[in-house]
Amino acid sequence: MDVKTITEQEITTVYLSGELDHHNAAPLRERVDTVIRERRPKRLVLDFSGISFMDSSGIGFVMGRYKLIRSLDGELRIQGASARLEKVMRLAGLEKLPIWKG
Amino acid sequence: MITVKTMNEMRLVFASRSANEAFARSAVSAFVAQLDPAVDELADLRTAVSEAVTNCIVHAYGDDIGDITVQVQLFENGRVMVKVRDRGCGIPDVKKAMEPLYTTGGEDRSGLGFSVMESFMDTMKVRSAVGKGTTVTMEKYIRVRRRRDDVL
Repeated sequence: MDVKTITEQEITTVYLSGELDHHNAAPLRERVDTVIRERRPKRLVLDFSGISFMDSSGIGFVMGRYKLIRSLDGELRIQGASARLEKVMRLAGLEKLPIWKG
Repeated sequence: MITVKTMNEMRLVFASRSANEAFARSAVSAFVAQLDPAVDELADLRTAVSEAVTNCIVHAYGDDIGDITVQVQLFENGRVMVKVRDRGCGIPDVKKAMEPLYTTGGEDRSGLGFSVMESFMDTMKVRSAVGKGTTVTMEKYIRVRRRRDDVL
């Protein structure tokens, strides 16, 4: 799974791509957590526009990153999630978290 | 009673390796495509199959590798029946396992697998015996789209 990362000032944006299932979640988690620990961004943006499939493993992935960034006094934002991905995220009540861009 | 004929069926057996999660959902989706489902219906099915297969890999077999069987039956009225079966450890308390957010999978497992299956499929049933394995049976009705010529 490809991950492109751009850091501007205190905002780090991670561009995710591919299918976010249990198989892909573990290596992805390691890479993103390394980025978080090394750059210590005030805001981490996860861009889902390149994600073509996501199941509940994606929910676990988002929740885990949310907890980590908060423990480092940063905040999380989600952008670019398709209607399909939002359907899965809503099921987990993620729409209630302050993570939505805009 | 009206009996609805089985139109087609298939059975897949594969090893409980996580790389097969994508294989399983793609195979089911390719098979169901012959019913000409809507994009959203097919996406619901793919997601539900992915959840069921992931459960077998993460929970049923844990660190071991075992067989996962996925059986799909298509009926003439657009009903799709999917059975995902393992011969793994089984679930001691199915009711508890199905509670939203409940997980024994540790950090980063959301505990929402069964909730996704329930909400994306029309019916879902779990049968499990400790030490013997688990079978998840799910159904979804694909809206049958007829050619306009047939209707007129």
